[in-house]
Formats: sequence, C-alpha cells, structure tokens
Amino acid sequence: MELEIINQTPIKPAAFSINCTKQPLSLSLSLSLSLSLSLESRCYVTLADQKFESHTLAYLTFVSYHRRNMHGRPRKAYKPEEEAASAAKAAKLRGLQSQFMANHHNKIYTKEAVDLSTKLLEINPEAYTAWNYRKLAVEDKLSGIESDPDLVKTILDEELRVVESALKQNFKSYGAWHHRKWVLSKGNSSVGNELRLLDNFQKLDTRNFHAWNYRRFVVELTKRSEQDELEYTDDMIGSDFSNYSAWHNRSVLLSSLLARKADGFLPNKKIPDEYKLVQNAIFTDEDDQSGWFYHLWLLDQTVNVETPLLTSSWPSHSSRISLYAGCSKGSFSKLTTFGSESGSFPLVLYFDQAVGGVSSSTVTIDSELKGNEDLVWEPVSKKNSQVSCVWVARLKYISSEPCFGKEYKVKVRVGNSPGIVSSRGCNFSASYEFVFTAHVHDTVEESSQDGIVSWKDGFDIWDAESKDLNALATLDRSNAQMDSKWRQEAIAEEIDLFRELPDSKIGKLTLARLLMAKAMISDDAVKGVHYNEILELYKDLMALDSSHYQYYKDEHSVALLRKVTSSTEDLSGHLFRCRNMNNSVCLRLNNLSLSRIASVEKLLFVQMLDLSHNELHSTEGLEAMQLLSCLNLSHNRIRSFSSLDSLRHLKQLRVLDVSHNHIGEHSVDTTRYLCSSPLSNSEWPQDEVGSQMPSLVTKYWDAYFVLRDLNLKQLDITGNVIAGDEFSSFVLQVAPKLVWLDGKKLEI
Amino acid sequence: MSDLLPYPPLDPTTYDLIIVGTGVPSSILAAGASSSGSSVLHLDPNPFYGSHFASLSLPDLTSFLNSNSLSPPPSNTHDFLSVDLVNRSLYSSVEISTFEPETLEQHSRTFNIDLCGPRAVFCADESINLMLKSGSNSYVEFKSVDASFVGDSSGELRNVPDSRGAIFKDKGLTLLEKNQLMKFFKLVQTHLASSSTEHDETAVKVMSEEDMESPFVEFLSKMRLPQKIKSIILYGIAMLDHDQDNTEETCEHVLKTKEGIDRLALYITSISRFSNAHGALMYPMYGQGELPQAFCRRAAVKGCVYVLRMPVTALLLDKASVRLASGQEIFSQKLVMDPCVNIGLESLSSLTDQQKETLRVLVPKETSSKEKIARGICIIRGSVKAEISNALVVFPPKSLFPEQLTAVRVLQLGSGLAVCPPDMHALYLSTVCGDDNQGKTAVLSAISTLIRPQVPEDLQTDSIAENDTAVTKPVVIWRALYVQELVKGEFGGEISSTSSPDGNLNYNEIVESAMKLYEQLMGNKELFKEETENTAEEDDGDGVEIED
Repeated sequence: MELEIINQTPIKPAAFSINCTKQPLSLSLSLSLSLSLSLESRCYVTLADQKFESHTLAYLTFVSYHRRNMHGRPRKAYKPEEEAASAAKAAKLRGLQSQFMANHHNKIYTKEAVDLSTKLLEINPEAYTAWNYRKLAVEDKLSGIESDPDLVKTILDEELRVVESALKQNFKSYGAWHHRKWVLSKGNSSVGNELRLLDNFQKLDTRNFHAWNYRRFVVELTKRSEQDELEYTDDMIGSDFSNYSAWHNRSVLLSSLLARKADGFLPNKKIPDEYKLVQNAIFTDEDDQSGWFYHLWLLDQTVNVETPLLTSSWPSHSSRISLYAGCSKGSFSKLTTFGSESGSFPLVLYFDQAVGGVSSSTVTIDSELKGNEDLVWEPVSKKNSQVSCVWVARLKYISSEPCFGKEYKVKVRVGNSPGIVSSRGCNFSASYEFVFTAHVHDTVEESSQDGIVSWKDGFDIWDAESKDLNALATLDRSNAQMDSKWRQEAIAEEIDLFRELPDSKIGKLTLARLLMAKAMISDDAVKGVHYNEILELYKDLMALDSSHYQYYKDEHSVALLRKVTSSTEDLSGHLFRCRNMNNSVCLRLNNLSLSRIASVEKLLFVQMLDLSHNELHSTEGLEAMQLLSCLNLSHNRIRSFSSLDSLRHLKQLRVLDVSHNHIGEHSVDTTRYLCSSPLSNSEWPQDEVGSQMPSLVTKYWDAYFVLRDLNLKQLDITGNVIAGDEFSSFVLQVAPKLVWLDGKKLEI
Repeated sequence: MSDLLPYPPLDPTTYDLIIVGTGVPSSILAAGASSSGSSVLHLDPNPFYGSHFASLSLPDLTSFLNSNSLSPPPSNTHDFLSVDLVNRSLYSSVEISTFEPETLEQHSRTFNIDLCGPRAVFCADESINLMLKSGSNSYVEFKSVDASFVGDSSGELRNVPDSRGAIFKDKGLTLLEKNQLMKFFKLVQTHLASSSTEHDETAVKVMSEEDMESPFVEFLSKMRLPQKIKSIILYGIAMLDHDQDNTEETCEHVLKTKEGIDRLALYITSISRFSNAHGALMYPMYGQGELPQAFCRRAAVKGCVYVLRMPVTALLLDKASVRLASGQEIFSQKLVMDPCVNIGLESLSSLTDQQKETLRVLVPKETSSKEKIARGICIIRGSVKAEISNALVVFPPKSLFPEQLTAVRVLQLGSGLAVCPPDMHALYLSTVCGDDNQGKTAVLSAISTLIRPQVPEDLQTDSIAENDTAVTKPVVIWRALYVQELVKGEFGGEISSTSSPDGNLNYNEIVESAMKLYEQLMGNKELFKEETENTAEEDDGDGVEIED
C-alpha cells in the first residue's frame, strides 16, 4: 500500500526541498527544486494562482542568488552532524508526506488529518499540495457551518496561524504566501495584524520581495492610503538606501499619486524633491545601483509627458507640396515634390509614443480633393499591431474628375473626437490642426523610368534657402507642453550637479542622458553645444567600458542624428539634389559610423537616403519615411533580410542597395523555433512563387518575406555571402519588376 | 584591637595573588587569575566596587573626590621590615557646585554617576571581547549611544556622519562632501579587506607603506578631504585628543596613518558588530561602574575572595605578606596594587636601595611633567540636543577658543540608562591637559557652550521658567570639576600596580595594559582561555545584551 502511494505522488520533491535548504548551493539542486515546484503547481492549477507558474522562473534565479549569498551574508558550511539531522528530518517528513497524501486522495478532512498537514507544512512550507489540501479542507468546513461568523473566524484564524509558523520556517515559501492571500480573500482577518507581520518579515530581510508583494496586496485590500505607503518607503530607504524594493515601490506609488494629482503631488513640486532625495543616495554611494535606477525613472518622469503628442507630419503645417501624376521628369525648385503612379500621396502622422485609434473619425480631413472622405489609416508597425508611433493614410489626388493645375488646401485635424489612446492608456487630449497646400500639376509624363540610379555622382549641393527647410521643421513640442519650465530647471540643476561628480561611468552616462533630455525639451538655439558634449561623453564611455560598447555606440548614433537634424544649418550640410532623379531630395548620412537610426520624425520628407559605410544592423525606424524611393545601405552590418523587415512599409521604395553587408554569413538559428522556417507554419498564405519553387523559398524565407512586399526596380546585393546565381534567380522570381540587379540591366 | 572586630578574620590566609583596588584593570586580573585556577584575594578600601572606575551617588561621589590622602594610622608594631602604605588622592582642583539642592535631595537615590567619565565603549572594543570571553557579559546590559556630534563655539552641533546610512541622511554635508567622505570610507574598507588577506601576495596594496607611515592628517589632506571632514574623522571618529594640524609643536602626539586606519577600523567594525546596536558606541546600564563589578562577579564565581572596606596598611617584606586594616596578615607571593597606593614617606626614608627596587612601583614619583585629565560632570535639566538623550559631542582643538590645545569630549546620558532621574541628563566632559587651569578652562568653555549660563543666586528660584531666550539650552542643577592624575600600571615582579582611568573614551589602553600585566604575572597563560562556551554566541551578534 505504501509503495503504491510513493509511486503515485511527488514525495521526492518535498523531501528534496528540505535537502536543498540545508545543503550548500549547487545550481542543479535549486533547478530541480523549482522544477518540482512548477510540476506541482501544474497538477493543481485549478486551485493555484495562475501567476504561480510564471513566478517559478524568477524563483529559480532568486534561489540560486540567495543560496549563494543572502544579501551579503556569508553562508556557513554544514557539519556532519547537521547533515545527519537533515537526513533524519527528511525520513520523518517522508512518512508524514505519505500519510498526508493518503488523506488527500481519500478526501479526509477530519481534525486529525488537517493537523497532519499542519505538521507537514510547519516542517516543509514548500509542500504546495498540502496548501491546496488545506484550501479544500477549509472549503469543506465552511460549507458545513453555513454562516456563523465566529466559527468562520476561528477556521480562518487557524489558517493564518499555520501560514505564519510556516513562514517563520521559510519566509520565501510561495505556497505559504499564496495561501495567506487566499485566506484573506475569504474576507476575514484583522488587517493590523497583517501589516505587523509584514513589518517583522521586512525587518528580517528588507528586500524580501514576497513581503513587498504581499504588502501591496494587503494595502490594496485595506485601501490603505498611498501617502502612508510612501511614508513607509521613506522609512525603509532611510534605514538602508540600497533597498531597491523600497525605491521601486516608491516609484510605483508616486506614479499613481502624480497621475491622479493627489493633494500635494504636483509633478513640478514633487519631482524636484525626489531628485534631492536620490541625489543623496547617489552621491553617498555612487556604486550602489538602486539610486541610479530611481534617478533614471525620475528623468523619465521629467522628460516624458504621459499624454501622447503629435511630433511631426508630412506634409507639414503651412507647407506647399507639388503633386504629379506618375514619376515625372523635369526640374523643380520646390522641395516637397511628389509623384506616384497610384495617384495618391501618403499623409503621415508621427506621434511621440505608440498610439492606437487613429481613424477617419479621430482625424478629420477638410479638402476639395475628391474621394478622400473615408480615409483608411494604417499603423506603420509590425503585423497585427494596432498601435504605432507612425500612422499613414493615402490621399487620392487623381480621381475621376480632372483636377490638374489647381491648388488645394488640405486641413487636417488630429484628435477632433476622442479615441486616440496611447498604449499606456492615456488619451491624446490636445487636438491639433494643420494646413498644407497641395498643387496638383497636369504634366503627365511617361511613367516608366528605367535608368540606373547611381549614388556616386549626379548630386548637387543643397542650394535652397533655409526658408524651404523651415517648412520641414517638426511641430514644436513645447506648444503642447505648457509646464516645461520646472522640467528645464530640474534638468539644468541635475546637469550642474553631475558635472561635479568625479569620473565614474554611470556618472558620465547619466550626464549624457541629462544633456540629451535637456536638448529634447529646451530651445533650439542651445542644442548644438549639448550634442557635442554628449558625443564626447559616449566616446569616453566606449573607451572606458568595452562590455557595454554597443549600447554607447547606439546612443552615440542617436545623439549624432539628433545633432544633424537639430537645425536647418546642420541638416542642409547633408542634403543634396539628385539630378538623375528629378532633383529628388537626397539625405547623405554616409560614413558617420552610425549603428542605429533615430530622429526619423524630422526626415519624413526625404526621398533618397544614403546610409552607406555605417555600422547599421537593422533598418528599424526607416518605416516612417513614407516618401523614400531610394535607399543605400551598402557597407553596413546587416546580417539578414529579416533586419530589413521595416522596409516592407515603404511603398515608394524602388532602389535598394544592400551590397557589402553580412547577409547570409550567419545562418538563422532555426533550432530556436519549433519549425524550420516561418513558412512551415501553414497559416502563411502561399503565393505563386511559393508554390513554384518551395525549396528556394524555404531556403531564403527571410529574403522572400521582404522582397515579396517591395516593389523594387533596382537591387544591389553583391558583397554578401548570400549573393550568387541561385539567389539571383530567386530574386528575379520574387521581384518581377526588377530592372537592375547588381548594376546589370536584366534582360526581360 | 576590639574596634576592628567588625572584620571577621579571613580564612585561608595564603593566596596566589592579592589584588588591591577593584578598578577595571584589577577586576580583569582577578577574573582572569581566578578563572585560570589561582587563588585570589581581592580587596578594596572603599565600601563600593570599582575604585576610580566606580559609578556613585552624588554624595558618595563628592566625598570620594574630596577624600585627601586617606592614610590609615601608622602601624603600631614598628618592626623595620614592615612598610606603611598610604592612599593618596588622584584628584586635584576639585570644585563642586550645587544649584538645586532640593531637587537633588528628592532624587538622591536615582543617580549613578561615573568617576571616570566621559566613557563609552565601542562595540568592537577589546573590553567587549574580554567580557564575552570571560562570561561577565551576562551581568551587564548595554544601550547604544544614539548619536555623535562635532561642536564648536557657536553651540551648533553637527552630526558625525559615520556610516553609509548616516552620510545619506546627513543634512550638513554637501553632495560632493558626501561623495568624498564615502569614497574615503570605502578606501579604508578595501584596505582593511586586503590587509586581512595579506598572505595573498597578488593582493593589490590599496595604501602604500609610505602612506601608512605618514601623519594621518597629511594622508587625509592627500585624499583631498575638506577641513570640515578631516576634523570629523580625526576627532569625531578616531577620537584624537591633540591638535593634528599643528604638527611642529606637538609632534609627539601626531598620529600615523597606520594608527589612524586602525582607529577607523575599530569604528567601522563597531557599527556592524551587533545587529541590535544603532551605532558604534554603547554604554552600560547603571553606569560604567557595572563593568568592573561584572568582572568581579565573574571572579567571585571562580572562587576569588572579596573584601570591601579593607585597606592594606602595610607590607611585611620578610614574610611576603600584607597587613590589613583589620590587623590580619595575609600571605602571597604576588601583589597588585591600586594606582593610588604609595609607600608612606616615613617608611620610605628607612628603606634600603634593594628594598626600594622591590617596591619601586609603590615609590611616589615626580609628577610635574605628566599629563593630567580635566573632568567635569553636570547634572542638567533638558538635553543638549533636542529629542536625543544619549549622545557624544566632541569639540576639536581650537573649536571653542583659539588657545584650546586638546579636544574636549562630552557624553550626555539619560534616564534610559538608569544613571539619573527622568527629564535630567548626566553630562560628562573631559580633556587632556598639561595643568589644572588649562584643562578646567577648556571644560568650562564647553559647558558654557552647551548649557545655559548660571543665573545669580538670588534670582535662581524663579528664573528658570522666565528665561525664554535661552530656553532651548539645558540648565545645570549640579556640577563637579576636577583634575585627575594619570598613573600608568607597572609590572614590578612581586609587587605590581594597575593603571588609573586614562583620558580615552574607551578602555582599550587600560585593557591592553591589564592583559600585558596578566601575562607577566601568570606566565604565558592565555586570559580566559577555557571560557569558550560564549564565543559561539558572539558570532551571532547576540553575545552582548543591548536594549533597543
């Protein structure tokens, strides 16, 4: 009989966990411990909190960390007699466990049986099954006594007592904490006791995240005020400012208090105070991470406004655009010239954070251009995502009625009716209106333009007056952000302070972030100086801290691009006209060792972009440049076509140069996926090419997905490992409109 | 002889060791020797334990300070081998003022005032180690000294930011100063960590040998610490007495970096030693007098015989014995005397040179060039710092007045330590000095900075409530000023002596000299060797009872 039970039930894990707590750490031990836990939790998932399983991974790392080093407290070696005692304990436990399991299976909830589970849990609080058994037992008892409040209280109090003694045994027992929550949710407890209990556990280990979690639960249950809780974090930080849990809880509480504008919690008053507090922590011990994390959070609170804002648009406010039917030839003096075969032009809205709900009802268009009554707004983002920073709608300018040679005023009103909501749930509140003029020309030229586009010559220096560029300027953020004064002051103070902090990596990084923040929220006139300092700081950091090189490199790129786009003077140095391409606007950002793309919101007008000889890994960000027709990415560090995925959104893109990259050098590690390529997933629609040459599609699936959606006329792929006859023939199939491949005209 | 009958005769009459005086070093010796199996007779002429380390009621304290050269009557039997002993007073310039006699009368039983104050112990002090080792810790309960301050003539008290948390919370330091100070502490900690693993040759030396030999004050300057912080470290943490900036005049008192680091190490390890202690310093409940008593109790448990109110009147050289005030003669090869015991002048003149050599530790010495310690005790109503009861205040050299040569330390203790009635505090002050006047001037200056000036006698009764302007400062109820001679203990073969209280805040030098004397007296026997049952407790930090 006993043997049978042992085979059926997870006795080993329970005994094992006892061993774990007593034996010196080995990763495999704690691994198997948490695995056994997760198995149990799955078995009894009907009763267990769903969250429990997701905790197990955290628990794994937590256990290994804590066993090794309990917040800096050295671990003691175990003596032989202690090991013997532990073995005896395990044997005793095994006996208890088998008896208990028999009770559980036979649904015996007598006092003796429940007492047995108490005994078991007091020795091993990790026995999750026993907690679940107790839940069943409590339910059983409660159903028996109907609603006698005194009896209910007695039963629940007993449960709380058992949990407390189990927690004394191991205050990191998930099962015990969860059981306590469950008991409280039954609605009967004196809450003062809960907070007192927590105080004790938090004194024992101030960073005990179970206790913090439970604290938040109790606070919510009892509707204890957030102000009181904030004061509690004051105390906890005061006694040990390395308590990251306390800082974190503080940020959560403050976010909430600031968001609902609680009495005395205005950002312009409270956030400067918080800076003062965290400065003390940072300056006292700059090697302690907690303060820095909090500082970063504060900076985010200072710079970012919760409500989403419209950053820029194309066409921009009060600009004039010239529209042509087809890809027209001839020279144009105006900057904003657009021609398309489809007879429509993109209207691009760029928000400062991802928003959803952009539609013909939230964005109204007022113009004489016909056929634009029910515009379809599309998010420019990954498939299936309904939130994006960039939204695009295509306005028709050639409709059935001839309308050439006319000027049309287009009035766009964003946020006319509510509905635009950020992914954090904040409404786009300040409705914004902009007007532009569209000049539709009647010169219909032949639509095919088959000449090869060269990046080498045919470029004229930008000679336009800066007035033209002014029309490109982004919307002024500070319009919408009325309370920017305290933000500027707070950041200016922080900058002065951190300039004084003697050289430390995190100090430099923070200074760079602060300067960047200042540049973002201050006037144009002073930006240039900051960017140079930021660039210097990141250069220093790259030299000082090689392990985070790529991060600094990326930030350096962002700062550089911000600098380039910060003023018309800076930007015009990089702007050219391409004679062969109807004097299209060409932005040349080559040879800048860029590793990341940024500031795209200011470059929405760009039609040709030269990013050659940089260190880019991906084209992420370019998807917003809806006018882009030619892109040079040669001599970068693109490793696969998947990195070019964002280009699929560029409907105007005709010329792409990805020569001399690393495409094909590293095969995609398909072992990480359940199937060899996304194509093996039958949900993907099969098209003609897919059915014609399935083997090549499987082999080049990443190229297939990108090229299929592009409408390329010219592609350069040489200098990549993937390039070759086989790939070329594949490309011809996938991109039938291609005219030029690797500089050679294709015979059609 | 009939008047001496109250003393019952002692039995046995032969001991391995006779110790006279129950001060801290004597008590440690008694406990140590008894624990190692020696038979010990521990005598004290006073009716209380502790000698110059005792805590007393105000009348007892007053009479002890004023007892001048309490010489017992010369022995009747004048055989030439008997040498008369006299007790001389270590105190001079004793000045006691009572301002509210009725109040004191009312609370007369609630005072436990230290003779050797201001005195507190660091949690990591050797004295605490000894208490744990000997088991005498079970007789004493400690409380933390809540705060340390550095003061100046303006009366403003600045926190001593002595730990990470204290630096974080400090409001007087600029952010940069916080940064510099914490960096310095970290450097010291790294140094200490690396020097504890010195056998590892690859370990990088954080501080060079050259630095370690340089004056500490120069090292602090080299670390670019501002004057304010230097002063805090030197006098508020390292507890130095002498002006370190004026190195040329007082070069004998200049502390080397090595020693400075040791003092910081003591402070740092003190802060983290006991989890329930708040800071580096603690103070025994019922006064410092509890410490010698605790060792005495331990000694008594181990078989030491105690007799109080029993002066030793004479040494009987040929018999290796002493004559007690009771007239009884007690035999012992080894004798350890209280620092205040000297050979009577009459007997001295008749001694041969060889005898003088044997008795050298008891021969009165020229004391003119010696340093003294000026002490002050004030019973005050109110506190020197609002909402803080037990606190240490240090006035660095020159902080009170330009001619102030040495630091003045002030320790305020409250009724929570059972040393005075509620609403009152005992305020102890001391400074090392060359002469009585210099010392008293400094002590008085510190008193006047911290305490409300005395009002004329005729206005005294009703002025307290009316004097609104200075109402935040405490008012003095009773005051004692005295200068104490410093006597160093000496090993003299058969006859040795122990040290008087010194000018330090803690007992480290006294304990050190007591341990050395123990070694010399008992051979190489380790002090409290077999008392190991308590050491395990110590690791858990619960060895010393500290009340929250």
